[in-house]
Amino acid sequence: MPVRHAAGVRVWQRRARRRQLLVWLGWLAGTLLIVASWQGIAANTMWNFVWDAPAQGADLLARMVPPRWAYTGRLWRPLWDTINIATLGTLAALVPAVPIALLAARNTTPSAVLVRPAALLLIVSSRSINSLIWALLLVSIIGPGVLAGIVAIALRSIGFVAKLLYEAIEEIDRAPVEAITATGAGRAQVVTFGIAPQVLPAFAGISVFRWDINIRESTVLGLVGAGGIGLELQSSVNVLAWPQVTMIFILILATVVVSEAISARVRHAII
Amino acid sequence: MTGVAAAARRWTAPPLIADPWLRRGLALGAAVYLALALGTLSVSWRRVWEGLDRGAAFLVGFARPDFVSRWVEISEGILESLVMTVVATAIGILLSIPVGLGAARNLAPRPVYLLCRGLVAASRTLQEVIVAILFVAMFGFGPLAGVLTLSFATIGFLAKLLAEDIEDTDPAPAEAIRATGASWLQLLNYGIQPQVMPRLIGLSLYRLDINFRESAVIGIVGAGGVGATLNTAFDRYEYATAAAILMTIIAIVMAAEYASGLIRRRVQ
Repeated sequence: MPVRHAAGVRVWQRRARRRQLLVWLGWLAGTLLIVASWQGIAANTMWNFVWDAPAQGADLLARMVPPRWAYTGRLWRPLWDTINIATLGTLAALVPAVPIALLAARNTTPSAVLVRPAALLLIVSSRSINSLIWALLLVSIIGPGVLAGIVAIALRSIGFVAKLLYEAIEEIDRAPVEAITATGAGRAQVVTFGIAPQVLPAFAGISVFRWDINIRESTVLGLVGAGGIGLELQSSVNVLAWPQVTMIFILILATVVVSEAISARVRHAII
Repeated sequence: MTGVAAAARRWTAPPLIADPWLRRGLALGAAVYLALALGTLSVSWRRVWEGLDRGAAFLVGFARPDFVSRWVEISEGILESLVMTVVATAIGILLSIPVGLGAARNLAPRPVYLLCRGLVAASRTLQEVIVAILFVAMFGFGPLAGVLTLSFATIGFLAKLLAEDIEDTDPAPAEAIRATGASWLQLLNYGIQPQVMPRLIGLSLYRLDINFRESAVIGIVGAGGVGATLNTAFDRYEYATAAAILMTIIAIVMAAEYASGLIRRRVQ
């Protein structure tokens, strides 16, 4: 136990001196990094605008209220598109996510050396790139519109669903799998009767969870041209029509709250 | 039961939803929804078909990423994203700790609890990009708007999970500390902090990772970071450069995940 002698009295310390020194060095390095980073940001900031920010914020708020309620009529169709982007995108992601998860799970992968790293790389690539960036890419490839949004959401969701699903597959009970294998079942039968029943509730939960996140993300995909209510947001911001922006925010918030409530209820019912 | 009947009986797996009417209703609803959704989908398939060449060009770009011709922009963008991530995570953690304490039911008085929970809920429901639009309108273009956006988003994540963790702590140590006549700050320092610290470190590292990923996005609306560079690359159809940026992001995210995994294993 680290003890320091001070004037003949033994004083208990939490860490030995060497370790204490290392901890302090770590804090020092972290603080220096943060300060240096902050200076980089401060150098790239127009401080005139920043000192102006409270006035700008108040001004913005004054322009944003009251919301333009009459604008709602033009928003229902984009909102429907947004919901479709999220839902169809999630459904499209589930199809490839299942085989990828089976290839990535340690206990179902055909080869831990060759196939598993490839599946994990697919998952990481899909997860590292935000759906908005996928949308940017897809709008440039297949043109602006709802389809780009659906594919963007799907590409982002594959990694998420596959990751959580393969973790669930790795945590299953071995006994049923062994029992079914012992009956002479083939690989597909083992997956259908040994693994699927165990991970089906988790899979349903993951899907609904991702759908909820996708509703949130699909509301802004229109900013880069990928359809939905974000398109209206983009055009309203561009012409500084702040009362319309407020209206869109209200609708987005309401949609997000409803989808979160649905997702919470469904997951509660499953688990 | 006769032998013949037993042979004709076939076992089927029990369905996920036990109630048959609910199951059929959901299936019908799903079918109607799908028909409506696919029916109202407006896609110009010709445009998609024409775009496939560009998709192929992008895949080729991924095979031969071009780091060189826009290296200055790429490196500046990535550096700015990293700098924003560090500062925003630091500010976010500093703000999340008081908010998290306030949002813990077992520590905070009722009005403070409601206020902090409201703040957390607001931060969680507002998309980063939307917050970024507002902050860019207030603070002007540049990385500061991005830092503020990411700091605000960090509160919703970190303060919520911290508050839940504090609510789950073992009350016995806290009570023992309180019984010694400790002040509220001493209670936090000796009763709560040791219990939640490992998880807080793990969550902060995870948030660092998320903030980096998000910092690549908010540049699209002018809040600094590599997103602006990426946007330009796509606008100019420079797929080799775009692929280089995406590969850099993926590599940094993978490295960060690996490093945070190592640190978390040491802490917990």
